[in-house]
Amino acid sequence: MLAAWGLFAAQLLTLAAVLVAIHLPVGNYLAWALGSPRDLFVERGIYRLVGVDPSREQSWPAYLRAILVFSLLGILAVYALQRMQALLPLSLGLPAVSEPLAFNTAISFVTNTNWQAYSPETTLGYTVQALGLAVQNFLSAAVGIAVAVALVRGFARRGSGTIGNFWVDLVRIVGRVLLPLSIIAALVLLAGGVVQNLDGFTTVTTLTGDTATVPGGPVASQEAIKLLGTNGGGFFNANSAHPFENPSAWTSLFEVVLFLAIPFSLPRAFGRLVGDTRQGFAIAATMAVLYLVALVAMTAFELAGSGGAPQAAGAAMEGKEARFGIGASTLYAASTTLTSTGSVNSMHDSFTALGGGVAILDMMLGEVAPGGVGSGLYGMLVLAVIAVFVAGLMVGRSPELLGKRIGPREMKLASLYILTTPTLVLAGVGLSFAIPALRDDILAHSTSNPGAHGFSEVLYAFTSAANNNGSAFAGLSADTPWLDAALGVAMLFGRFVPIVLVLALAGSLAAQEKVPVTSGTLPTHRPQFVGLLLGTTVIVTALTYLPALALGPIAEGLSS
Amino acid sequence: MFGTALRVLVLATLVTGLLYPLLLLGVGQLLLPAQAHGSLVRVDGEVVGSALIGQSWTDAAGDPLRPWFQPRPSAAGYDGGASSGSNLGPENPDLVAAIAQRRAAIAAFEGVDPAQVPPDALTASASGLDPQISPEYARLQAARVADARGLPRSQVLELVQEHVRGRDLGYLGEPTVNVLELNAALAALG
Repeated sequence: MLAAWGLFAAQLLTLAAVLVAIHLPVGNYLAWALGSPRDLFVERGIYRLVGVDPSREQSWPAYLRAILVFSLLGILAVYALQRMQALLPLSLGLPAVSEPLAFNTAISFVTNTNWQAYSPETTLGYTVQALGLAVQNFLSAAVGIAVAVALVRGFARRGSGTIGNFWVDLVRIVGRVLLPLSIIAALVLLAGGVVQNLDGFTTVTTLTGDTATVPGGPVASQEAIKLLGTNGGGFFNANSAHPFENPSAWTSLFEVVLFLAIPFSLPRAFGRLVGDTRQGFAIAATMAVLYLVALVAMTAFELAGSGGAPQAAGAAMEGKEARFGIGASTLYAASTTLTSTGSVNSMHDSFTALGGGVAILDMMLGEVAPGGVGSGLYGMLVLAVIAVFVAGLMVGRSPELLGKRIGPREMKLASLYILTTPTLVLAGVGLSFAIPALRDDILAHSTSNPGAHGFSEVLYAFTSAANNNGSAFAGLSADTPWLDAALGVAMLFGRFVPIVLVLALAGSLAAQEKVPVTSGTLPTHRPQFVGLLLGTTVIVTALTYLPALALGPIAEGLSS
Repeated sequence: MFGTALRVLVLATLVTGLLYPLLLLGVGQLLLPAQAHGSLVRVDGEVVGSALIGQSWTDAAGDPLRPWFQPRPSAAGYDGGASSGSNLGPENPDLVAAIAQRRAAIAAFEGVDPAQVPPDALTASASGLDPQISPEYARLQAARVADARGLPRSQVLELVQEHVRGRDLGYLGEPTVNVLELNAALAALG
């Protein structure tokens, strides 16, 4: 046990060292990519081609309209590609995807969730994966970062009626950040054994004279952006547990670095853009503390291995790969649920009751530690708005954040933000079990485990969908009319309602002048504020869900 | 607005959906063809599988073959077209029963004490295509494989030892033995 913790610590220190080393250059690069006044030569060509004037900025409603129209088109495109699959080349003979599943999957990838109610090997050919899903892996990630940057501009600007130009932000995020980083990441993954071919399923004769199937596909290119963009949708059903997506322990750590890189670097970019890097450091520190506590808790539960099956086997190795063992599995599981990635290198459904419970709780924090690309930063900044408001109430001062007054309008927007996902999760789970016909259908056709664990599978599903995570207690068969529709709606509202509120907040902050700093101003870069922000995060998000957790993982953990 | 959105989407699809994977296909083909095509293992020039995709080593009835090292249990039946874990929960009685049954069956098959069977031999992997087993499980099987092949036990145990891959960088993940590579080396012994 002590040896296992020693190895885990070495692994964690390696990860921490890499993130500490890269967050400054990556953060500075992000700040330059999004803040520089000059357009590159290629970009000017693109703007002419698509008909955008890069010097014309948008008000927040115009910025929002651009995102909504663009995302709606994305949903229609992914839906249409799936419905036309039989006509497309490189479809491996697969038929058109059914209407409810195509609806669910289109929303899933455009909302950066990448919930997969299907098994890719038997559902999607290479064309839909590359032209539909991989494209949205880039674009949905770019939308998240764009919204975060718009909010940062809200803090940075004074008396401004605009918050940037969405098309310029989009082109820059994809062209300057995601595409170059993805090419590098894909090459590293290729070298590690991730496949990149159009070979289809190859049948070979084995040494025993039997036959075996070797799958193929343009996996490395899709894997890179799946992780960098905190998307998480696997090319194969087993996701990053599949040896062709994640061949070894070092590629597994590299993949974790890929999906933590941008979320942990964005606070640095935020600090640069608002002209005070200490502010970004305080945000990153808050994220890091939550991350560490959740990771260590999950690892402790999995290494302890309580519960019937882990005890019978001698370790919690069901649903884990031999090359990863427990330590590399929990590192991935905690990181993927604390970002909104949702790719998995082990099956969370087979985790110990409380280890799996931590995965659910991670998502319930609202994906802010460090959260998805962009969404993690704007989620944490909204919590910072709440934190300064709470602090203001305590001392009887009107709250400010980065020189902007947090008035009734700002507080209404922030409050609606933190109510959105819990409402979607709890209403979704509640309806699923309160309506007898739905409950009977779910228990008969969807849940794969009896008792409290079956409830946890449904709780996990709605938590994952509404928080745009995408991982699952994958024993749940979610391709039923109710779950396809309800989870699709949860993903859609869980993504775009917060975006509406954040952009409205950005607009109202940008319009304000700066309040001068006085001796009464609450400093938001000190450990005291980090503590306040931690408390706010835990209280306003996680505690909301305690009753639901008690019915699922806690009940199961206590009974074991 | 609508026209702009449409043009941006089409352009993004061409660049990130088409050019980007094609670039990687080209580079993979030129620089890393072995990895790009799935790290295939050849015996006498014939492809017998991928070093990264686990296979079953059973007879037509699904019973394990004595002359070959056996992989972990698989929820996918080692079907390379249907990767999957079991997704059975920690308190699922079916899983608890399956583990007990596997422990008894493996102990009988290998002729060892049931307490000696390591956890990875009793549990289904996440992918259902796990190409590797723990060195403990490989060593446990060495005597049975040697006897079935009429080889000295020490020779097979040595072969296992040669195929142990340590932790990456010395501390990442777990030590493993690749079943296909080990069995291919066995086949080469004759």
